[in-house]
Amino acid sequence: MDRKSLGVAAFLALAAAGATTAYAQKDKALESIDAYREALQDGNPAELYEATGEELWKTPAGPKNASLEKCDLGLGAGVVQGAYAQLPRHFADTDRVQDLESRLLTCMETLQGKDPKPYIQASFKDPPKEEMNALSAYISGLSKGMPINVRPTHPKELAMVELGRRMFFFEGGPYDFSCATCHGQEGTRIRMQELPYIPSAKGAASGWTSWPAYRVSSGEMWSMQWRINDCFRQQRFPEPVYASDATIALSLYMAATASGATMKTPGIKR
Amino acid sequence: MKHLVVLAALLLSGPALAQSAGKPAWGPGADDAAFAAMLKTSFKDKGIAKLDRLTQDETQAFCSDPGAASGPAAAAQREKIEAANMATVKWPSDGKWLGDWKEGEKLAQSGRGLTWTDKADQPNGANCYNCHQITPQEISHGTIGPSLLGYGKVRGTSEDALKATWAKIWNAKASNACSLMPRSGHMGILGEAQIRHLMALLLDPQSPVNK
Ligand code: HEC
Ligand code: HEC
Repeated sequence: MDRKSLGVAAFLALAAAGATTAYAQKDKALESIDAYREALQDGNPAELYEATGEELWKTPAGPKNASLEKCDLGLGAGVVQGAYAQLPRHFADTDRVQDLESRLLTCMETLQGKDPKPYIQASFKDPPKEEMNALSAYISGLSKGMPINVRPTHPKELAMVELGRRMFFFEGGPYDFSCATCHGQEGTRIRMQELPYIPSAKGAASGWTSWPAYRVSSGEMWSMQWRINDCFRQQRFPEPVYASDATIALSLYMAATASGATMKTPGIKR
Repeated sequence: MKHLVVLAALLLSGPALAQSAGKPAWGPGADDAAFAAMLKTSFKDKGIAKLDRLTQDETQAFCSDPGAASGPAAAAQREKIEAANMATVKWPSDGKWLGDWKEGEKLAQSGRGLTWTDKADQPNGANCYNCHQITPQEISHGTIGPSLLGYGKVRGTSEDALKATWAKIWNAKASNACSLMPRSGHMGILGEAQIRHLMALLLDPQSPVNK
């Protein structure tokens, strides 16, 4: 249950007096739908983050005082257009399967001479991660309208997609939850939140084509790493390390399952 | 050290899973050793959510390969796992089955507890509305589990009905090896008094569930 519904649940627990709860919940739900509509009318606030991300991409920074413009996101040095739609993938220079965020860390280190550690360790609301969220918004925006093209062929990609599928079904923690507990059935909900059935092409696409996304309920720009991190929190797991293999494996599993669907990033979500 | 335990748990559970499936469940590069190595580098302790949560018990390991666990070849193993879970159920110490349904409703509403943003000294919620319709008044309910509307009206309060419901809440895997429902008593999420209140929510004729 994400922060918002936790808040609602806590509020309801306090107010739990039979009939009034239904109305309280309804008001709350309508309120958030109104905020959502309002945000849509003004355009997706993610645009602001895209602009910030573009600046971060093009402005020289770090010990080497270099920009990220020569970063190879898989389509050659400096090609951003369409790059997000073919990630995660294997990169020869690192000999690793990388998602967008782990690849950005590589470029920050090699091109700009930055230490990736503070970026990995910062909380999602701290400045280093704000940079990553903005860069994700910008780069994913340049794949909007393009088909996802993630078809594992390299042996490391084939292994990673299987590791991701295995991670998806891996149960643990005090609630025995796995990703599949919440996303392994067609047409279910947690409270009022609809849950995509991720093992299907349609369900995987629902998630993969719309994140990174601006979240109206919290007023934040969430990268895909943040989305996955918060689902692990709800799963009662220990915290996944930022850009770790488990998060990349899950991403590859989702992207490969969704391959062919059209990118709508950056999305806008409740 | 903890990582070694994770690895050991995976390695122990692996062969049994592969056997029941008849073939390896996961493609090349995702065998037990590779998977354990990935877990080891990918997670860290945060707040009360420590790495030991990745160490699976037998039930969790079995249910993490749903294809194998649900097949006919695994029927005997499912029964074994259900029996082992049934053996963990602690029956009410004072013979009282039903508490206060109003307290049960509060618990069922609360989804809080045991995430890395929760504190160890906060009481846990029961999470029931996240997955179940329960009272007709609460329209914001999940659908991962079946509707429990009218549960007590249908079941009554015979000894059998009381026992089955208590066991379901204490350890949901006692009657369904790979149930999606948490094992609230067994995992220490809820205590005996709280389960009594939830029993009343479902079974007390005065509860809105049965009106
Ligand atoms: C306890 C339930 C729960 C678990 C376990 C869970 N999720 Fe989620 N997930 C949710 C909810 C609820 C939402 C919708 C969030 C919202 O609307 O704010 C969601 C949303 C998502 C989305 C975005 C879907 C979309 O259409 O926008 C993705 C992708 C996702 N989860 C992936 C995962 C992965 C991968 C895992 C395993 C690491 C996982 N989830 C585990 C509850 C869960
Ligand atoms: C993560 C989702 C989930 C949560 C949380 C959950 N359940 Fe369930 N529950 C299920 C599923 C799925 C089933 C059906 C499968 C089964 O019987 O194991 C079920 C079955 C049941 C049944 C048996 C229904 C019948 O008709 O036989 C009862 C009773 C029940 N749940 C009560 C509760 C109570 C009380 C809570 C809160 C402590 C709760 N559940 C929390 C998912 C959940």
